[in-house]
Amino acid sequence: MVKEIERAGIPVVHICTVTPISMTVGANRIVPAVAIPHPLGNPSLSIEDERLLRRKILNTALNALSTEVEGQTIFEVT
Amino acid sequence: MPKYKVVHYINQFYAGIGGEEKADYKPEIRDGAVGPGTAFASAFGDEAEIIKTIVCGDSYFNENLSEATKTLVDMVRGLDADVFIAGPAFNAGRYGVACATICSAVSDELGIPVLTGMFPENPGAEMFLDRLYIIETGANAAGMRNAVPKMAALALKLASGAPIGASIEEGYLPGGARVNFFEKERGSKRAVDMLLKKMAGKPFVTEYPMPDFDRVPPNPAVADISKATVALVTSGGIVPKGNPDRIESSSASKYGEYDITGVLDLTAETYETAHGGYDPIYANQDADRVLPVDVLREFEKEGKIGKLYNKFYTTVGNGTSTKSSKLFAQEFSKKLKENNVQAVILTST
Repeated sequence: MVKEIERAGIPVVHICTVTPISMTVGANRIVPAVAIPHPLGNPSLSIEDERLLRRKILNTALNALSTEVEGQTIFEVT
Repeated sequence: MPKYKVVHYINQFYAGIGGEEKADYKPEIRDGAVGPGTAFASAFGDEAEIIKTIVCGDSYFNENLSEATKTLVDMVRGLDADVFIAGPAFNAGRYGVACATICSAVSDELGIPVLTGMFPENPGAEMFLDRLYIIETGANAAGMRNAVPKMAALALKLASGAPIGASIEEGYLPGGARVNFFEKERGSKRAVDMLLKKMAGKPFVTEYPMPDFDRVPPNPAVADISKATVALVTSGGIVPKGNPDRIESSSASKYGEYDITGVLDLTAETYETAHGGYDPIYANQDADRVLPVDVLREFEKEGKIGKLYNKFYTTVGNGTSTKSSKLFAQEFSKKLKENNVQAVILTST
């Protein structure tokens, strides 16, 4: 799906836990996620901390969308 | 003649421990054959024996890739195995990645011949087929009966050090390695035969398949994300509660388009996941963990993005064929483009 969105001319960021799969599939902008059943959350955190974690990942995703890349690039969440 | 010693790797499901709720199961070693290992044991007859079976949960492995690989390699070390078998994983993505990763590590670090089996579309196959013998299997466990004899036969050859034939003879996925040999017919005759078959509309086999480099170059970055319309797409199966379009829990034949105008937060009462390939408990409690509508609404309010597109697209990426996924995305990308969506965030589980 990520490749077809890109092919349609829309910049796309793939947020996923198993980044090697994303690399194989051919995503160009990749942001690592937390875990397979909760990529953008962590049920062991408080609701507030979980929301902050989600904000952090999505900030990284927005940054990835705003960054020129030449090839496949993984943007680590900092 | 002493029997060859085989070590077998399987996931928590095939070990009978449990399904997705047990996918975080930590590596464990058991004596003898377990689950599909018993089918291998009967295929081996007197020639080989499964001495140990190593079990690990699919999510645990994929979420702790380097640590889990190290633990598993340490388990195999010292067992004096003649061959290491993983799976078969069919089209189970995480299981396939686990099987291929552990095979590759055992081969590299311990020098033991390794073998796995999976469906050609399994991501584990594409990642490792230039490095491993991966027997081609069907998409699901119904393919076990065909997979076991092929895997067992190749495993015995690997254990004995016998020469391994071409992919088409042994049944493994071609990894691109070439071996020189003499053909009976010379090239010009083979080429003309092939051409005649092609002209007659008959099936023929090329001797030089063109490589399939399906890469899409990255689009330019979004110039000003704070003014852009951003859409959410997911393969994590998030749907309105009740799954109104009945998207299948695996091998999805369709995708959903759902309006989120005015939706500020996905709750347990309003959204859930239709995905059958991961433990749904966390997504069902709060679907924002997969499809982060709540935070993107905050970003919208804070002016970090222009706006969140009022529809999201979703399917279940569980054994769903690449052909279907491609068609889904071609269709909704056209709509996104027509509606001036400037960026997409795609989440996967």
